[in-house]
Amino acid sequence: MAILRVLTSLLLLFSSFNFSHSLYEDQVGLMDWHQQYIGKVKQAVFQTQKAGRKRVIVSTDENVVASLDLRRGEIFWRKVLGAKDSVDEIALALGKYVITLSSEGSVLRAWNLPDGLMVWESFLTGSESSKPLLLVPETLKVDKDSVILVYGCGSLHAISSIDGEVLWSKDLATEGILVQQLIYNDENDFVYAVGFDGVSKFHLYQINAKNGELLKHNSAAYPGGFSGEMLLVTKDRLVTLDSSRSTVVAIEISEEKIVFEPTQVSDLQDVSGTAVLLPAKLAGIFAVKVNTVILFVKVTNFGKLELVDKLDHTVAVSDALSFSEGQQAFALVQHEGSKIDLTIKLNNDWSSNLLKESINMDQDRGVVQKMFINNYIRTDRSYGFRALLVMEDHSLLLVQQGEIVWSREDSLASVIDVTTSELPVEKDGVSVAKVEHSLFDWLQGHLLKLKGTLMLATPDEVVAIQKMRLQSSEKSKMTRDHNGFRKLLIVLTRAGKVFALHTGDGRIIWSQLLHTLRKTGSCESPSGLKLLQWQVPHHHAMDENPSVLVTGRCGVTSDSPGVLSIVDAYSGKEVNSFSSIHSIVQVIPLPYTDSKERRLHLLIDDVKRAHLYPQTSEAVEIFKSEFTNIYWYSVEENNGILRGHAVKSNCILDVADEYCFETRDLWSVVFPSESEKIITTVTRKLNEVVHTQAKVIADEDVMFKYISKNILFVATVSPKATGEIGSVTPEESSLVVYLIDTITGRILHRMTHHGSQGPVHAVLSENWVVYHYFNLRAHRYEMSVIEIYDQSRADNKDVLKLVFGKHNLTSPISSYSRPDVVTKSQSYFFTHSVKTIAVTSTAKGITSRQLLVGTIGDQVLALDKRFLDPRRSLNPTAAEKEEGIIPLTDSLPILPQSYVTHALKVENLRGIEVIPAKLESTTLIFAYGVDLFFTRLAPSRTYDSLTEDFSYALLLITIVALVVAIFVTWILSERKELQEKWR
Amino acid sequence: MEACRRLILQLCILLSLLSLSLGKSESYTINGRVKIPGAAAKGFGLPVKVSNAKVILNGGQQVTFLKPDGYFSFHNVPAGTHLIEVAAVGYFFSPVRVDVSARNPGKVQAALTENRRGLSELVLEPLREEQYYEIREPFNVMSLVKSPMGLMVGFMLIVMFLMPKLVENMDPEEIKRAQEEMRSQGVPSIANLLPGAARNN
Repeated sequence: MAILRVLTSLLLLFSSFNFSHSLYEDQVGLMDWHQQYIGKVKQAVFQTQKAGRKRVIVSTDENVVASLDLRRGEIFWRKVLGAKDSVDEIALALGKYVITLSSEGSVLRAWNLPDGLMVWESFLTGSESSKPLLLVPETLKVDKDSVILVYGCGSLHAISSIDGEVLWSKDLATEGILVQQLIYNDENDFVYAVGFDGVSKFHLYQINAKNGELLKHNSAAYPGGFSGEMLLVTKDRLVTLDSSRSTVVAIEISEEKIVFEPTQVSDLQDVSGTAVLLPAKLAGIFAVKVNTVILFVKVTNFGKLELVDKLDHTVAVSDALSFSEGQQAFALVQHEGSKIDLTIKLNNDWSSNLLKESINMDQDRGVVQKMFINNYIRTDRSYGFRALLVMEDHSLLLVQQGEIVWSREDSLASVIDVTTSELPVEKDGVSVAKVEHSLFDWLQGHLLKLKGTLMLATPDEVVAIQKMRLQSSEKSKMTRDHNGFRKLLIVLTRAGKVFALHTGDGRIIWSQLLHTLRKTGSCESPSGLKLLQWQVPHHHAMDENPSVLVTGRCGVTSDSPGVLSIVDAYSGKEVNSFSSIHSIVQVIPLPYTDSKERRLHLLIDDVKRAHLYPQTSEAVEIFKSEFTNIYWYSVEENNGILRGHAVKSNCILDVADEYCFETRDLWSVVFPSESEKIITTVTRKLNEVVHTQAKVIADEDVMFKYISKNILFVATVSPKATGEIGSVTPEESSLVVYLIDTITGRILHRMTHHGSQGPVHAVLSENWVVYHYFNLRAHRYEMSVIEIYDQSRADNKDVLKLVFGKHNLTSPISSYSRPDVVTKSQSYFFTHSVKTIAVTSTAKGITSRQLLVGTIGDQVLALDKRFLDPRRSLNPTAAEKEEGIIPLTDSLPILPQSYVTHALKVENLRGIEVIPAKLESTTLIFAYGVDLFFTRLAPSRTYDSLTEDFSYALLLITIVALVVAIFVTWILSERKELQEKWR
Repeated sequence: MEACRRLILQLCILLSLLSLSLGKSESYTINGRVKIPGAAAKGFGLPVKVSNAKVILNGGQQVTFLKPDGYFSFHNVPAGTHLIEVAAVGYFFSPVRVDVSARNPGKVQAALTENRRGLSELVLEPLREEQYYEIREPFNVMSLVKSPMGLMVGFMLIVMFLMPKLVENMDPEEIKRAQEEMRSQGVPSIANLLPGAARNN
């Protein structure tokens, strides 16, 4: 016990120097990196007219509006809108504002083009939701004020582009008519709003754009009905499909009448199938997709439809671009093996190409999904074109003169899951000579650093030092390092692309667009689910490369067929894949591995059958020998039920499948649906290491932590309180938290917070759980901690019993033995809203822990666990103070220096992944959202290694000085002795 | 410290719930303002750091941005008690509790949740500026002396220069006695420890 005590107090001594993880400004970028992304581009608008910096404004699926440098693809500015504020339309106005319409046409904002500051914001009201439309007519002026026309929430609004004031509003939704197109007629300042009511009637409003006066309302019924989509082909002709999607209906509109001109798709081309109009706006031409072909159809002056071309369905089409007097062009992209063909055509002349380029394209990017074109004037005064391509893997490319000018890997803005892989071991044959410097260089470098720390360096030298530190080749080597800082971060993104990032500098080592997660005929909307470690070779299978398992499903619902891919972590090659297998509801990595160090996984499908992977007879053997030890639980959030499961027997199916097992329910916990609704469940991380079960407290006492891998934290709230803050009163809402053993379903602890509500963010580690919720009475956020201790081992403190063997330290821990637990709990106020919480974890679990709180401001705060210790009291005794207990305060401190992300933001922070390094004191932290951020953190400082800025030069100088001093004193003492002798 | 304090005061933010107009079906509008008295004299404009700020309603229900003059607004807010947070890198803002009353529209109560201060004058200031980095201490002799190596050198100097002085001040007879004692005990001198010194003896 005494040894333990010494150890803990030593640790405390190390850690009590400073509560915060602090960083000097010049250390930024030394161990951390930050990457900014924008997400998959939805819309792009070029701004190249004026001199100066050429840019492209984009809006993305991640609700980002950004201005990119057209030359290099870098971000000039970027605005990340709220989660529910998705961007519908963007446009430029007055040549200096970016206009965005978001939140289904209810919010209109103007951003200053050069710096991205919001100029004005306008909130549009209306009676019902509708398709949002934005129109910025350049010539329309009301009192010298340019007007923006917006159709949103069922109303047509005219908004001043200078200050966002709503000039007039016209409600068009009163008769259930949904407007599909706005057509501006610049000759007489009319706006046509055209749409459908129900399925069969076509409506046309003619509105005075100056004052919103309704001039005319025409309507006409079409017997075949309409499918809902509509395209404007020429100024007075629209194209739509009938309700059976087999007939193209051209609609001619004029002030007097509405004329329908139906044409069968099969008359245009001998193809059958349902037709879909492509949303590309090509003047005079439109594109229809039928099965696997795209038909380009021209509308002649007399309303006749004429097929001009038939292309494969992988072709991407841009909108038409008017580039010189009355001339309009558009672009087509077709895939030809490893190349793409970019063709620019004039609208009125299909047969000839304005431009045809062939560009080498990485197969890994998939097909072109969207394209935006822009023109420029070449030095010889001819027209050139550049194209912005959005690929299947969400990357963004700029193509000009047959080359890719720049590319952005923007699928990294939508990370779904993260895991890590060790790098290969450094082999003897691998030379590292290039990395090492000569001794002289090394010493010189350190002398320079010493100058820096003594603040004697000149500005030039400071720059040199900074460069030296940042470019340290040591950190970006492709081999394993002694401290375990260098790893591969394997990242699965929403695009179905897997990336490997180097932890040293964040560069992409490999990337792979998984074919199982690509959209195909049999798999319409694939989505990735999870990324798990499949094979981590260390003992038997050293020659094998590690690999990861990617699980996904072909659809949105949980009963849709699943897909699996096994990807080599060093090369990114897909080793094995299964497509369209049973559905995947739960993935359970088992704590067993086969002879090749492949981990056994149980995949549970929607009919509660368990499927074993890898599908080898060896795996089945291992599984069967551990049959009785395999338990898992499931959470049915909608029904408010927790269930425990175990394996029963092999499946009884028509086709024998020895890897399929029936399951049985062991227990269930049913929460009363009228008073409790499950909102959060959290369990311990599987790979967490706990150093010791004993916790030495003041006055030489010991407490034993209740450490079980099978604790589940469940938070429920009153059904009324599942909404936002402000929707319930404190009396109506209460939050109940449970600690439940997942083997037996036994409730270990239950606690109610009256007058509190979610969202609850929680983290469970060792024997404690910390959770964050909203206290409605105080109207502040709170964080609570529950620690759980094992009382059955409390008697083991008696030394005599230990000596005579009357202790139960060696008795096995079982969930079936009735636990005798005590819990301690405490609550504190916390200032900010929280997006996610994680906890640091180290290799051996000795180092004290810090909570990593992702705040609403997209920063990550490191909060020492000692602030969340239920034994904190107002006046701790001297012994408790010695132990490191902090006097109780009502709120948790937020020290700016303890922000792990320092002055950076991880926009739209979604998750924090913690990876232990080999060095006990250090953990690696990867935070992801629209941005990526990586750093390493030493919660108790680096007590087991010298810090980066340890000055070897100062040490050397001191040693030299000491040696010199020894000799000097020796000579002096010799001389003195001689004098003594002469005396 | 004083300068820092003044800066914070200058950045004090005036959140005024200007109007609480009644919208359709019990939804209200909260209008607020971030005003910087120091910058007002020079015209509109926020410091660059604040211009990137976001204003967040109820932990992410709605997110909005500041206009150049510091105004922001939330629309379609139901009656009830809401929480407004300002996220600006470099500043620490207290969340604000805002009561939107259904009974008497236009009446607004706002309070800082951090220190429970009511905003009767509707003035909210960032509680502090946030400094994310440690400040490197400029080089001074004391820090060098205080470092472990400095202490070692200092101790050595004391031994080298002060000890002989002490010896000098002692009674010569006592020194002689002490030396004799030492000789009899055979305490090795530094000279004896060094290589080559033994041979000289």
